[in-house]
Amino acid sequence: MLAPDSKPAGKGVIAWIDHRLPIFTFMNHELNEYPTPRNLNYFWNFGSLSGVMLMIMIISGIVLATHYTGNTQMAFQSVERIMRDVNGGWLIRYIHANGASMFFIVVFVHMFRGLYYGSYKPPREVLWGLGVLILLLMMATAFMGYVLPWGQMSFWGATVITNLFSAIPWIGEDLVTWLWGGFSVDNPTLTRFFALHYLMPFLILGVVVLHLIALHRFGSNNPLGIDIKEKKDSIPFHPYYTIKDLFGLAVFLLVFAGFIFYQPNYLGHPDNYTPANPMVTPAHIVPEWYFLPFYAILRAFTLNIHIPFTDIMLIDAKLGGVICMFGAVMVLFFLPALDKHPVRSAKFRPYYRPFFWLFAIVCVILGYVGSQPPEGNMVIIGQICTAWYFIHFLVVLPVLSRIEPVKSLPHSISAPVLQQPARA
Amino acid sequence: MHIRIYGLALLLAFSINQAADAASGHIDIPKYKDWTFTGVTGTFDKHELQRGFQVYREVCATCHSLKYIAFRNLEDLGYTENEIKALAATYSVIDGPNDAGDMFERPARTSDHIPGPYANDQQARVANGGALPPDLSLITKARGNGLEGSGSNYVRALLEGYTSPPAGFTVMNGMYYNKYFPGHQIAMPNPLSDGVVSYADGSPETLVQYTKDVTAFLTWTAEPHLQRRKETGLKVFVYLAFLVVFSYLAKKKVWSKLH
Repeated sequence: MLAPDSKPAGKGVIAWIDHRLPIFTFMNHELNEYPTPRNLNYFWNFGSLSGVMLMIMIISGIVLATHYTGNTQMAFQSVERIMRDVNGGWLIRYIHANGASMFFIVVFVHMFRGLYYGSYKPPREVLWGLGVLILLLMMATAFMGYVLPWGQMSFWGATVITNLFSAIPWIGEDLVTWLWGGFSVDNPTLTRFFALHYLMPFLILGVVVLHLIALHRFGSNNPLGIDIKEKKDSIPFHPYYTIKDLFGLAVFLLVFAGFIFYQPNYLGHPDNYTPANPMVTPAHIVPEWYFLPFYAILRAFTLNIHIPFTDIMLIDAKLGGVICMFGAVMVLFFLPALDKHPVRSAKFRPYYRPFFWLFAIVCVILGYVGSQPPEGNMVIIGQICTAWYFIHFLVVLPVLSRIEPVKSLPHSISAPVLQQPARA
Repeated sequence: MHIRIYGLALLLAFSINQAADAASGHIDIPKYKDWTFTGVTGTFDKHELQRGFQVYREVCATCHSLKYIAFRNLEDLGYTENEIKALAATYSVIDGPNDAGDMFERPARTSDHIPGPYANDQQARVANGGALPPDLSLITKARGNGLEGSGSNYVRALLEGYTSPPAGFTVMNGMYYNKYFPGHQIAMPNPLSDGVVSYADGSPETLVQYTKDVTAFLTWTAEPHLQRRKETGLKVFVYLAFLVVFSYLAKKKVWSKLH
């Protein structure tokens, strides 16, 4: 409850409303006065960029949905109608299609920033967990969205990914039939994917609100990873970070526009301009680039695990791969429990730092492996990198938590900042 | 550290490109330099598109449909409304049912899509030894690696790629050797050669000219808004460039108050 002596914001009508519904006080508090560390670097722009991308995707997506038809006989044609006959339809569709890739790029940078500067450590564990939940929802949304144009990659991607659930023992096959609404990916599948693809962004929006509430509880982490101790450590969000975010947004939009207007189909797959055909399988079924590391992890598992000295199979290679792939996201939820080292920022963790970069490189290699046919060297490279992905979280981080010495940290955020010559 | 992150992003983008290369089966497709539509200021040459449409109509249309293109779209090629009306009237389409409940044939109108050569896929297969000639509306976007122009390069290379097979290569019955087709055996016989289409505008009647014209035309059918897209992009870039500069200056000014 508002303290009785608190002054309502504004005058006149604004004050009248604010006294009854303190929305203006809230906005002023959270967006204007909100104290923010003064030393955030440009990697902190990617949070607000993610929010902007979510809004761009929701708005362009609603416009597309007003012209799209979720039926296997008409879906491909309706997308072509959008591209050819709807006013500005080509622009909206290219914004939405490339926007998905842009959304993942900014979210991946946002997450790697969190990994580098220890933004998942106390007291921000829930904030991190909500972020991982957003990633998970984004992956489901993007996957279902890619099915909607009903091209060859839509159909075969949907077939491969939904078939993963058949690996679950006993109920797998029935579960897949239930997901499909039939005995193969077909019209019921497309219709429900359209419904869910429309629903899930609003679930994401809900979790984003929780993410922001959790963020505003303790405020942003910062490159030094130390808490705000004195008044001069922080600056109000507005105008300092609103203007910095605007500049970052302008630069980002330049990149985004480069794809939309000059290479609009580079991030998609040419096969998706061929209508879905259940009788013709494409030479290589490749997911969208943002799923490639996970796809590599899925395919890395080539071993059937038996109970020793018997023929009883415990986990076949398919189930093993599926467990690994979901595990690769799930392990992120447990990150705050796996890395107990008291120092947040990698800046003051010389042991952790090289492992962070090694992990980043491993993720990129996994992406490359995921894009290649699973043959020859690619198999073993994928397996080594998959193993390292999990070793990083399950072994390296817990061990470093124990053995890495705790360096002495700067006394305050403002101390080192103010010692340096002023920078823009 | 900033540079390293951007490096990672670039590597990631590179890996996507590799994926597409792998799918094409490692056949080197020539990179033609004489397209008018590539690059930031790319445009279509209407005369070229008209010639390409002529090649399509006189050669490709024997087997390939163009179902996403309506006669009215041909205005983009520089034809007048009357020319398009006259052209449409030379085609007939099935319409109906009429008041008596019967389907009937009538001359095509400009709002009709260009009728294809076959009534359905089965008929197309029977007429072509079991192979289905694909619809060509989107062919230049459905081939290549996603980079603009890559699908056009492929289509043009394919049309120029009919050679005699290398020694020791056996071509199956009913198939033709093509050095750019994945697997090198294609069901489509060589459709174009010097002199098969007579141009009214005096352009050379050569294979190379035909393939360039018809591929440019098929690039237009796949992406009719290409020119509009690039023009809009230029305006957006100018606007964003201003936004970058002024938001940077504003940011500098605001932050200069801090000490």
